Amino acid sequence: MAKLSVDHLSKSFGGNEVLKNLSFHIDEDEFVAILGPSGSGKSTLFHLIGGLYAPDSGEIQLDGKNINSRKGSISYMPQSPSLLPWRTTLDNVLLGAELAGKKERQAALEMMDKAGLKGYEKAYPHQLSGGMKQRAAFIRSLLSPQPLICLDEPFSALDEFTRSEMQRWLLDIWQENKRSILFVTHNIEEALFLADRILVLSEKPATIEGEFHVNFPRPREEDITLTEEFLQCKKEIYNVLKMKTTE
Amino acid sequence: MVFILLLIVWQVTSRLLAIPDWLLPTPVQIIVEGWHSWPDYRSHLFATIRLSVFGFLIGSLIGLGVAVCLHLVPKLRETFYPLLILSQNVPIIVLAPLLVIWFGFGLVPKLIIIILVCFFPITIAVLDGFRQTSGDLMHYMKMAGATKRQIFWKLEWPHAMPSVFSGLKIAATYSVMGAVISEWLGAQEGIGVYMTLASSSFRTAQVFVSIFLIMGLSLLFFAVIVLIEKRVVRWKSSEGGDENGKTLG
Repeated sequence: MAKLSVDHLSKSFGGNEVLKNLSFHIDEDEFVAILGPSGSGKSTLFHLIGGLYAPDSGEIQLDGKNINSRKGSISYMPQSPSLLPWRTTLDNVLLGAELAGKKERQAALEMMDKAGLKGYEKAYPHQLSGGMKQRAAFIRSLLSPQPLICLDEPFSALDEFTRSEMQRWLLDIWQENKRSILFVTHNIEEALFLADRILVLSEKPATIEGEFHVNFPRPREEDITLTEEFLQCKKEIYNVLKMKTTE
Repeated sequence: MVFILLLIVWQVTSRLLAIPDWLLPTPVQIIVEGWHSWPDYRSHLFATIRLSVFGFLIGSLIGLGVAVCLHLVPKLRETFYPLLILSQNVPIIVLAPLLVIWFGFGLVPKLIIIILVCFFPITIAVLDGFRQTSGDLMHYMKMAGATKRQIFWKLEWPHAMPSVFSGLKIAATYSVMGAVISEWLGAQEGIGVYMTLASSSFRTAQVFVSIFLIMGLSLLFFAVIVLIEKRVVRWKSSEGGDENGKTLG
């Protein structure tokens, strides 16, 4: 059974149609990337899944249960790390779990250790580098008890080197702590490198324009991004993206 | 430094121009006076300290309470915000005799005056602090499923802490002023009383002693708040320049 299923979702804001008949699903422990141009309603989709707004029509189900406008059903990692500046890194990492009412210090310490944040437990966010903040933010969502993690362009603000380092790191830690992941990005390579499946979103009103299964074996190394096959995939997706913008 | 320079200029000019002592005493005379009459004003000083600390504490609590209420209930905020500002437009000089008529010469009217001058800067600062809560953090908290209560205690309240302290700093200095003014109403003791007695008998040096006492007290209160702030808001200390974590590369 699908972990998350989104069924004929529509939403408009004051006559401006943002999502139209959007349907997709995510399986257990599957890594799905949503690819779409800026302003294609990706954030609105997240707000709906996160329960901040109610959809005009359609249904969102998590583990078979309707979560329309139910807050706190998913765990979330935003574009900016959004760590609370007055909390130490350890307390920040625990925040997601704390909001849901279950705090496990020991698990958090182990996770920080694995993530290369050992020794920074007592440091405040302003003492961390950009990459470290994003790692802390991801661990925070991993430690939350919800079964689905939504990542909203988490690496778009990082420089090129840190970004590819973070992508590999994310795959490593996900490999060890499998979860269903919904990853929004506007970077084709990032989506190809990370995901099992890529959904291409059209411009407003957003619908699913295309679906690609990414069959590169895991664990993935960075050099797959240079293979003929990878470039071929990239081209295909690019064509779909281009087609709909010129239409 | 500037202060000391000012005192020196004051000393020299009043000597050169031979200004009579009852008009403007020299700093040296004031210091000597302050030294000799310590036993006279000691009890006055402590009475004022007691009064202003007491008033400051109550005023701050009320200020915080009002800010939290207005923040949590936006309807109240719209209604009472203008009223808050109006409350500061009533001149204390006019209000003071009225308070005496209503409450007599006891502690109550004095406390009301101090509370009135203390609560306003705190309420305004804290309300602004709440309003400036970072949008990104708020968005995360909501997406992560935080309840209204969690958002308040885990995000808005700690976020407003620096504003709370800037309000407290202003209120602390105001509280001494408020206390002295309230003592003019007619008190048994206090620097305000000491000052009135001194000025009505043309002991100008003593008036200046009280002025310096008031300044010293205000500075002292201010310093205490700064000290507490440093202990409570430690995370703020080196923020700003390295917002992007450039320190570690």
